[in-house]
Amino acid sequence: MIPSKEEWQQAWIARNGEALQQRFSSATVAICGLGGLGSNIAIALARAGIGTLRLLDFDRVDLTNLHRQQYKANQVGQYKTEALQEILGEIAPYTRVEIHATKVTEANLVSLLQEADIVCEAFDVAEAKAMLVNGVLEQLPRCYVVAASGMAGMDTPNTIQTRQKMKRLYVCGDGVSDVGNTTSLMAPRVMLCAAHQAHTVLRILAGMYEV
Amino acid sequence: MVEVNSQALDIAGVTLSRYLSDAGYDATRIAVECNGEIVPKANYEATILADGDCLEIVSFVGGG
Repeated sequence: MIPSKEEWQQAWIARNGEALQQRFSSATVAICGLGGLGSNIAIALARAGIGTLRLLDFDRVDLTNLHRQQYKANQVGQYKTEALQEILGEIAPYTRVEIHATKVTEANLVSLLQEADIVCEAFDVAEAKAMLVNGVLEQLPRCYVVAASGMAGMDTPNTIQTRQKMKRLYVCGDGVSDVGNTTSLMAPRVMLCAAHQAHTVLRILAGMYEV
Repeated sequence: MVEVNSQALDIAGVTLSRYLSDAGYDATRIAVECNGEIVPKANYEATILADGDCLEIVSFVGGG
């Protein structure tokens, strides 16, 4: 038996307080890239009570994603946007989820991301990360970006950090561990970075801008 | 002097694109803020660094 929307709201308010929950439930957060970072960020933010999640990824779930991304074996072949929408529907059925199975480019990012309060950069390719960060900071003057750089490999988890690099840009990760230089991305270290990003989103919404 | 990622460098008068290339940055993997404002990529060539400017250069590595 799934609780009613009203019961859910009350449970969130009991946890977070009315003022904070109001900020979370009225927020729109866009997540660009739904891999190891984005799938984990989305689940954390849905649980926390973010009102609207906008999910963007052009790719489909592949077997090689399952070692670190939140998809299930029976979702291989589905668009990640649809697969994650399904998962979120089970976890937090009253979260509004908007999906775009499309590649984010310099040309379309304004139309795809407008009205988002915060954009999470969760791509895997460095050039795509830089394109998105530049594009949002240049073209969406009220929007914050929470990006990730450096979470590959087997290095210690303790180097994953959040830094405020610019007025509207936070970067999570160790800053150096390139996926090209290491064997793989490990689920826990990627999840740590995703957790930094998700928590930074909550802090920005709470008006806590200092890291 | 120009402050780059908290380090004072003697590069006043140099264009931003020249400095980035001399310092070994890959312009496709970075974002640059000058005095608190993002510098659009299209302006790297025309931006001449001035005494007292404060640059923040953020580089991205792959993985996600």
